[in-house]
Amino acid sequence: MYDVEQIRKDFPIFDVRINDKANTFLDSGASAQKPRCVTDKMRQIYTEEYANVHRGSYRLSEEITAAYEDARKTVRQFLNAASAAEIVFTRNATESINLVAASWGRKFLTSADEVLISEAEHHANLVPWQVLRDEIGFGLKICRVNDDGSFDWGDFCQKLSGKTKLVAVTGMSNVLGTILPVKEIVSAAHRVGAKVLIDACQLAVHQKIDIRDLDCDFLAFSGHKTYGPTGIGVLYGKYDILDSMPPYQCGGDMVDVVTYQSATFDVPPARFEAGTPAIVQAIGLAEALKYMMSVGLDNIKRYEDELTTYAVAELSKIAGLHMIGTAEGKGGIFSFIIDGIHPQDLAFILDKEGIAVRVGHHCAAPLVHRMGYESVVRASLGLYNTKTDIDVLCKALNKAKTFF
Amino acid sequence: MNTSELIENFEFLDSWEDKYRYIIELGEKLPPLDTKFKTDEWKIRGCQSQVWLVPSKQADGTMNFSGDSDAMIVKGLIAIVLMIYNHTSAARIKEIDIGDVFARLGLKEHLSPSRRNGLEAMVEKIRYYADVFQKGQ
Repeated sequence: MYDVEQIRKDFPIFDVRINDKANTFLDSGASAQKPRCVTDKMRQIYTEEYANVHRGSYRLSEEITAAYEDARKTVRQFLNAASAAEIVFTRNATESINLVAASWGRKFLTSADEVLISEAEHHANLVPWQVLRDEIGFGLKICRVNDDGSFDWGDFCQKLSGKTKLVAVTGMSNVLGTILPVKEIVSAAHRVGAKVLIDACQLAVHQKIDIRDLDCDFLAFSGHKTYGPTGIGVLYGKYDILDSMPPYQCGGDMVDVVTYQSATFDVPPARFEAGTPAIVQAIGLAEALKYMMSVGLDNIKRYEDELTTYAVAELSKIAGLHMIGTAEGKGGIFSFIIDGIHPQDLAFILDKEGIAVRVGHHCAAPLVHRMGYESVVRASLGLYNTKTDIDVLCKALNKAKTFF
Repeated sequence: MNTSELIENFEFLDSWEDKYRYIIELGEKLPPLDTKFKTDEWKIRGCQSQVWLVPSKQADGTMNFSGDSDAMIVKGLIAIVLMIYNHTSAARIKEIDIGDVFARLGLKEHLSPSRRNGLEAMVEKIRYYADVFQKGQ
């Protein structure tokens, strides 16, 4: 039994009233709220256990180094990776993808190659490839999504070829809610010898990822979306591939032997973590992932699927509302417009009713344009949302319609 | 309508609903901008809706602005901004404390840069035009 009221008690922010209304937070797709265990743990470290990692030969430093490396083991467990050495801590998913582009991409891609992405990418998994394409001259291929937001498998297969060196796709669209057939994408890409990067920013929040079953070569996600702190993200990479890659940034903590004229580099993951890392954030992220695992990823998925079905049904009762992205099995992300009302105007009214939604192109401008819009409203679910949140949203949308 | 009349009208409105309905009404009354000005040249960047602003010089030496938006509440807020600034000398434009006026209207939150509704950027642009106009005199 999924006790959402009990779960909500773990998130103190839901006691805070917004514009004198209950806090109806429907913007977890942008960033999720934090359970008390995460903030408690971080405060405890700063007040009682803080020192730098991998440096001192004193008790505090040794203990926090162990806690930081334990955080890596928790991420390994969360993804079911083969080894904690395959987990690189970054700033966020954006940096994880940029790391792959700058390090792996620059070393292994040539002008004869192609990188295949999808129309459903947000800017973080689009612009790094455009910039690298301009530098190296490889072909950037974009496979289609259908008008209902589903992944166009036929188009993907047509664009995948022996020239494809990398397939970089989102696991779940941050605008459409579409869940891509990532396992099938990985198998097909591997058959032509391409590597695969999964942008799991949204996917990792909503369902279990078994990376050894998925068999992708890289996977990126952000801590702040998985109920953890900002400033911390994860890049998973298969060890042999990480080991073949040059450093991304250089400095302390990533070198082996250094003279004034030369340096040799440490093994992964240290090779990719130059300088003092986001220590407390990494430990906070581990706490958030433990929280998700204690609730149970399958339980979260089952609960959110039920809530998604309810939300789709309730939203579709609103006359003039058009949902953007209606693919089969989509996750809890609802982008929509209402005839005759600008999304920005809707957001003004919703805000007054204590409802948090996002308006605009959601850092996926080409996708929103491809679906035929300039700007859309997006409501997105987290593990703490309820049917009441959906009811409050629908009531406010109907109220908003009386204004225009 | 001048600024003090506007403040007086807002004082009669108790709820946010009534305020927003009045803002929308002001937006509806704002003359639409000639489509020839609805180009990138006159667009205010970085807004969640499209916002345009076009300055002009009056015969009496004051400045006048026309504006528009595709969002109705934003258009109403633009109408308020224009009431505050129109038919005003460049020197006076730079003296107006619009934050104070918006606070008295109970609309202060809309001027925050984080709202990305274009108002803050629009006010900056009005001040910029006033500055350019003054230097050109």
